[in-house]
Amino acid sequence: MQDKEYVGFSALPSQLHRKSVKKGFDFTLMVAGESGLGKSTLINSLFLTNLYEDRQVPEASARLTRTLTIERRSVEIEEGGIKVKLTLVDTPGFGDAVDCSDCWLPVVRFIEEQFEQYLRDESGLNRKNIQDSRVHCCLYFISPFGRGLRPLDVAFLRAMHEKVNIIPVIGKADALMPKETQALKQKIRDQLKEEEINIYQFPECDSDEDEEFKRQDAEMKERIPFAVVGSSEVVRDGGTSRPVRGRCYSWGTVEVENPHHCDFLNLRRMLVQTHLQDLKEVTHDLLYEGYRARCLQSLARPGARDRTSRSKLSRQSATEIPLPMLPLAETEKLIREKDEELRRMQEMLEKMQAQMQQSQAPGEQSDSL
Amino acid sequence: MDALRASPSPGSSRPSSPRMAPCEMPAPVGIEAVLDQLKIKAMKTGFEFNVMVVGQSGLGKSTMVNTLFKSKVWKSTLPGPGVPTPQTLQLHSVTHIIEEKGLKLKLTVTDTPGFGDQINNDKCWEPILGYINEQYERYLQEEILITRQRHIPDTRVHCCVYFVPPTGHCLRPLDIEFLQRLCRTVNVVPVIARADSLTIEEREAFRSRIQKDLKSHCIDVYPQKRFDEDANDRILNSKIRERIPFAVVGADQEHLVNGRCVLGRKTNWGIIEVENMAHCEFPLLRDLLIRSHLQDLKDITHNIHYENYRVVRLNESHQLPRGPGWVNLAPVNLASASAGPLTTPGPSKAHKWAQEEPKYEF
Repeated sequence: MQDKEYVGFSALPSQLHRKSVKKGFDFTLMVAGESGLGKSTLINSLFLTNLYEDRQVPEASARLTRTLTIERRSVEIEEGGIKVKLTLVDTPGFGDAVDCSDCWLPVVRFIEEQFEQYLRDESGLNRKNIQDSRVHCCLYFISPFGRGLRPLDVAFLRAMHEKVNIIPVIGKADALMPKETQALKQKIRDQLKEEEINIYQFPECDSDEDEEFKRQDAEMKERIPFAVVGSSEVVRDGGTSRPVRGRCYSWGTVEVENPHHCDFLNLRRMLVQTHLQDLKEVTHDLLYEGYRARCLQSLARPGARDRTSRSKLSRQSATEIPLPMLPLAETEKLIREKDEELRRMQEMLEKMQAQMQQSQAPGEQSDSL
Repeated sequence: MDALRASPSPGSSRPSSPRMAPCEMPAPVGIEAVLDQLKIKAMKTGFEFNVMVVGQSGLGKSTMVNTLFKSKVWKSTLPGPGVPTPQTLQLHSVTHIIEEKGLKLKLTVTDTPGFGDQINNDKCWEPILGYINEQYERYLQEEILITRQRHIPDTRVHCCVYFVPPTGHCLRPLDIEFLQRLCRTVNVVPVIARADSLTIEEREAFRSRIQKDLKSHCIDVYPQKRFDEDANDRILNSKIRERIPFAVVGADQEHLVNGRCVLGRKTNWGIIEVENMAHCEFPLLRDLLIRSHLQDLKDITHNIHYENYRVVRLNESHQLPRGPGWVNLAPVNLASASAGPLTTPGPSKAHKWAQEEPKYEF
């Protein structure tokens, strides 16, 4: 007689699942770090795509005058019926110049611009199709050759850690022997603590998970920052002669998916398989809300605004930039503008429909829409 | 005054020049014994060799020096974890006397901790240029004395090994700025550091890109083409020039491989043997620096780089050596190394090397 007590809402998760599968996911990932640390190769290996197919590495003379640029690439990946629209944000030119002072400012500004755009969309009228272009995660590549974080790394992480989820990784980790990897990881962890940089914290397991899972989870967290190796080539491993993704050296082959060789599998599992949604949630609930609160607070007291903004500017260090302010009048203006746009678009639609009906009579089809 | 003294000092041993076969002598005069005499003299006085290693921290400079001279005396000169890296570059010289088969070598290694590690690395090459010029100045002061020492202590930098990080792409702006300025003052040997992160194909591609960059920016690294004396030199040095920069790996731990004890790095996928040509080009670097071109490095430093410096200094002081008392040369500002027109050196400047210019910036 349990049927009487069965309400049936335990089927909700599968409804959610069906809906999200229909809607699809979108995810924006940023990669940052000095050039030559294997960022592009790792992204290609991670998502098994060739996002960097037509890539041209600039020559030395071109690099002399290059400034930091922000590049966006999108790709749709489908697996098991689920579509993911992956947007990759790249920062070529970071750390390249002789003088890299403030070279992270364009990146910080970019992230805040995405927040600002989302804030505007959220406060707008038509919220059905908000494009979420906020950066959900930033993979920061640390050089395996340094002795821990370099001054540039610290400056970048400090400027970004309250604005985006940061996952530090050690690139080209096949340059290190096992002991060196451990020492470097420990050094980086110590430095992150010392500089009070908040990297993305993988959430704790639920208490009702079994011991084995908890142990694995703890073990994986111990490995942060992940020491990764990327490869877009499949090589034949001499020993077992099965094809593996890896790098073929004359002294052996590094297998990208071998947990004894590098932490690539861990990174892929944590980033893609288990924590993709959590990264988006943290971006929305924590980071974006923080930005929104700061922004609106500065609007809420228009009289005091000038004073606080001025004092903010004077207290700010060189690495912080003033938050973009949306004065109340401007938001209203925006609302009015969007209203007008909507009305205009509706009129255009009606006109086009009328045109189509007219042109369909003589048998012509217009493809202008 | 000819800035370039093309003829080397007597007793130089450019590795390839064979002894010219003398015209047929009816009976051996015994001239060949001169070489033995020189050898004995050299063994008695010993050799001096000064090397400078330049590169970002963590590229294995100290390990490389240890591997080259098979001694574990050089530890990294970077300060400990609690100490912040110094804001200005501080050079650090260590001297050791190494002995092999009765021959003593007084080796001085100058390290440059902190090079290229800051956020703003502008003008980080100036302390290095200043140091090099300071050594030239010291030698010059000793040389212009009336009563000179029998053997002037030679602290001039004979070779500067520049460590290029293995990005796999091309030279970075910092590398180019540094190399452009230094290759006019000292012998520079660039190497690809930590080359065990690059596969063979990646190394070749990286190397050819670096060679292209060096050419397009008129950077003349050792062995310089224009100092080749004869055809044999040219052939030998061309072979070396094809492989520059060498892709090197340094190691100071020994491992057992196939029953042999070798220096190498042990990873979970294999052991990288430092002296194995199939793994890295360390033997080429070692041969160049020590086994074949050591004397040549010293000769070029003495005959060309030092002479250029001397000419400029003498012109600056506008005085010729005269009378009692030694020449008081005009005080020199060694730190203002790369100011002025050198900021954008173009190809025309490099060509003017042969024709000496009074206002020679170094």
